[in-house]
This record gives sequence, C-alpha cells and structure tokens, in this order.
Amino acid sequence: MKNHAFSLLLILIVFQTTLLAQSKSMVYIEGSRYIPLYGRDSTVVEVKDFEIDIYPVTNAQFKEFLKTNPKWQKSKALKLFTDKSYLFNWKNDFELKDNEAPNSPVTYVSWFAAKDYCECQDKRLPTVDEWEYVAMADETTRDARIKPDYNNQILEWYETPRTNENTIGLHPKNVWGVYDMHGLVWEWTLDFNSVLITGESRKDVDKDNNLFCGSAAVNATDLMNYAAFMRYAIRGSLKAKYAMKNLGFRCVKDIND
Amino acid sequence: MKYSALAFIVFVMIIPITSCNTKQSNSNLELYQCPMLCEGNKTYNDMGTCPVCKMDLQIPESTQLNSEGSNEISENSIFNLTSNWKTEENTSIQLKDLKGKTLVMVMIYTSCKAACPRLVADMRNIESQIPEKALKYLNFVLISIDPKIDTPERLKAFAIENYMDGEQWTFLQGTESGVREFANVLAVKYKQISPMDFSHSNIISVFNPSGELVHQQEGLGVDNKETIQAILNLIPI
Repeated sequence: MKNHAFSLLLILIVFQTTLLAQSKSMVYIEGSRYIPLYGRDSTVVEVKDFEIDIYPVTNAQFKEFLKTNPKWQKSKALKLFTDKSYLFNWKNDFELKDNEAPNSPVTYVSWFAAKDYCECQDKRLPTVDEWEYVAMADETTRDARIKPDYNNQILEWYETPRTNENTIGLHPKNVWGVYDMHGLVWEWTLDFNSVLITGESRKDVDKDNNLFCGSAAVNATDLMNYAAFMRYAIRGSLKAKYAMKNLGFRCVKDIND
Repeated sequence: MKYSALAFIVFVMIIPITSCNTKQSNSNLELYQCPMLCEGNKTYNDMGTCPVCKMDLQIPESTQLNSEGSNEISENSIFNLTSNWKTEENTSIQLKDLKGKTLVMVMIYTSCKAACPRLVADMRNIESQIPEKALKYLNFVLISIDPKIDTPERLKAFAIENYMDGEQWTFLQGTESGVREFANVLAVKYKQISPMDFSHSNIISVFNPSGELVHQQEGLGVDNKETIQAILNLIPI
C-alpha cells in the first residue's frame, strides 16, 4: 500500500511538473475596464483578456534561459542593456551564489533582459495597467482595493525587508490563481516608462505630477492610494538598464482569437 | 605591425558572426597614447607612462570610437539593437545601417500638435546652422513613437510638408516593441532630471558614427548651441 502511494505520488509529481511547464504555469485573466489604483480622476482603462504567469520568474528558470541565450550571461550582457549590478547574486555566468535559492524570484535583472526572456517564450512583459489589474485582487475578490485588510497587508509587506530571499508561492494565491503579486518582489512592467510612449506628456504633466509628489500621497483620501504611490514612484525612478535586489518580473501572453 | 593589422582584419571579420556573445577582448590591437600628445601621435603597444610628462598612457578616443571602416560595435552603441525599422522611403533597415555618420535623433509623432512641431523646428534650426559641406557626415533621424499611425507614406508626406526631404533627413517607423526599447535606451540619460519631469520625449540626442551617445539636449526651444558644438566636434572637417 505504501509502495502504491509512493508511485502514485511520483506520477503526480512528474505530471505536475509537466503541467507546470506547460499551460498551468499561466492563468487566464478576463479583461475589463477599471480605474487604476493610482486614481487619475475617473480615467478608466481597458484591459483585454490575457494570460499571466502564476509565479514570478525564478532563479532556476532564468538559469535555463541563460544557457540558451548566452548574450544575457553575467559577463556577456552589453552595457547598453545592463548596469553593474546585473545578476549581482550570481557567482559566474552559470551559477547562483550559494545562499541563493533556485526557487526564489530572479532579481538583479534589467528591463531589457526581462523583456527578452518573455519574448523568447513567445510572451511579453505585462503593461502597468494589466499588472495593476491582476494585483488589485485578493483571495476572494477581483477588486479588493476598498477592503482595509487588502491594503494593510500590502503595506505590511512594504515594511518587511529582504522578502526577495523568500521562495515563490508562499502567500495565498489571489482569486485569479496568481501568486506573489504582493509580498515578494517588485516587478518590471513593459511600459514602466509609459509617459514617453504615449507621447501625451503635455496632457499628463499636471495630473501625474501628483504621482511622485510626497505631499500628494499624504493628502490622499485613503491608504489604497499610498500603496499605489509607492509602486508608481518606483517605476518612475527606474531606468531600463537598472538591476535591483528586489525587482523581478513575470510574463503575460495575449489571447489570440 | 603588419601582423596586428592582419589580426585586426580577422577580428573584424569574426565579429559579425559572433556578435551576440563576443566578449570585448581586443587587447591585442589596442594602442596607447599620451593623453597630452607630448610626442605627437606616437603610440605604444603597452600600458605605461609617457616618457615626457609621466602621465598614464591611454587608448586614444579616435581608435575607440569613430573608426571608419571598422565593423566593431562597442557595448554602449545603439547599433546593438536588433529591432527592424522602415524609413520614409519604405526601406527596411536596422539601426546599425545608420553607422558611419553622426546621428542627431529625436522621437516625435506626426499627429502631435504641441511639442513635436517645436522639436522639429529645433531639429531644422540645428541643421541650418551646420555648414553645408558638413551635412554629408550627418544624418538627422526622426523616430516615430506612434508606429501604428506613422507609416512610411505618412512620414514621407510629413517630410515633404516640412521641407525635410533631403538626403540628410531620415524618418523611421518601428515596431511597438522596438520603439519602446529604443526609448528606454535613450532614457538611460534621463536620470539627471527628476522622475516627475515628463519632458523626456523632448530630447534631441547626438550619437557619434559608432552609435555611442555623446550629447543630449533636453527641453523645448532651448539654446541649441551646445548641441551644435557637439555635432561639429564629431565632424572630420
């Protein structure tokens, strides 16, 4: 009986890993219209249906990527695309430092590397709107932003140091089935520098100034904006070649009808 | 000397094949020179100090960058970008096809009514202050941040409309991803301004013929003097 259970377990594990490697590594997100967390007055954005990685990309996954894409290895990555701290927690081109867990989210990666990682798998980085859309869910609701618990939890995490050293999947998944949108690492988004991309800088200036202004955050009507302020402020201060200790990423995929 | 020239040629020929994963190890062809040029253009094969002024010898900039005919692309060069672009003449190019000329680049979109016309005016203003005979060393590149709308036809029409249809002007339509990537490459220098300043897009960038950023001008209708000087410094006349 014991033997039987063991082999069953083995089969389960094998099955699960193949599943994880395939479709189950992503979940379907039903798009909708919503007002982003940063609360630009009544500006509704539309998010189309897409799939998103359940977990942030891990060290182990990135290691695989480096094998087939040597140009992103620590010693070979171009200065145009990376800064000095790129893969800082790696011993060399192929090995993590000893105290790094393979199952921790990969960090110290630049936007260029993250973007290429996703594109190599026929995916892409999520837009800010997509990321925020998935991130506003809690365990039971798609939009949990009005719940005090939800916000308190996020802020609590913002106060917790070195969460990047944790492994993926330790927090409960949200209602979409996605793990670690909060509580592990910050994540790259495709258009973190979106103001330039929309080109509507002249329109955005007045409103978006509020985003990065500390006093605006203090005046915000509720805590919900404060957590968002922090995320947007971080995005606003990033450069695409930066690598940071607590900045990782995950990928999304468009749904082709 | 002959040997090193040969080695150089071989090296240059190998680069395009292994460009993705070549580590920059060109030590065998580096020449050192006194930064003060105490002995004129005399070069040394080894690092050391100048016998006259005792300063550390350096690799002269002119061989680092700007070496015409060389296929070598430095790590900081925008020619490392492999995105595909279309010109206003509907020719498909990559950025490295622009190699060899000093590049003056700006990101605009043709339907833009406020900032872009002034940026375009700035570009024309800069161009008009460059001596005519120097223009052949220059390429003024206008990259659309709105690749869906700005087709090659539209860019061509815009070029004609704005009297920017000469040889020295190039308009580029990219892919959404390519444009975003290029914008982020330019953003590298944005850090000097505060994160709340969204005048990023109002930037004119000057690249040397090897694709390395040498100067950025921020803001609208600002004094172009420094930019023009940066450009003139790169022109071999």
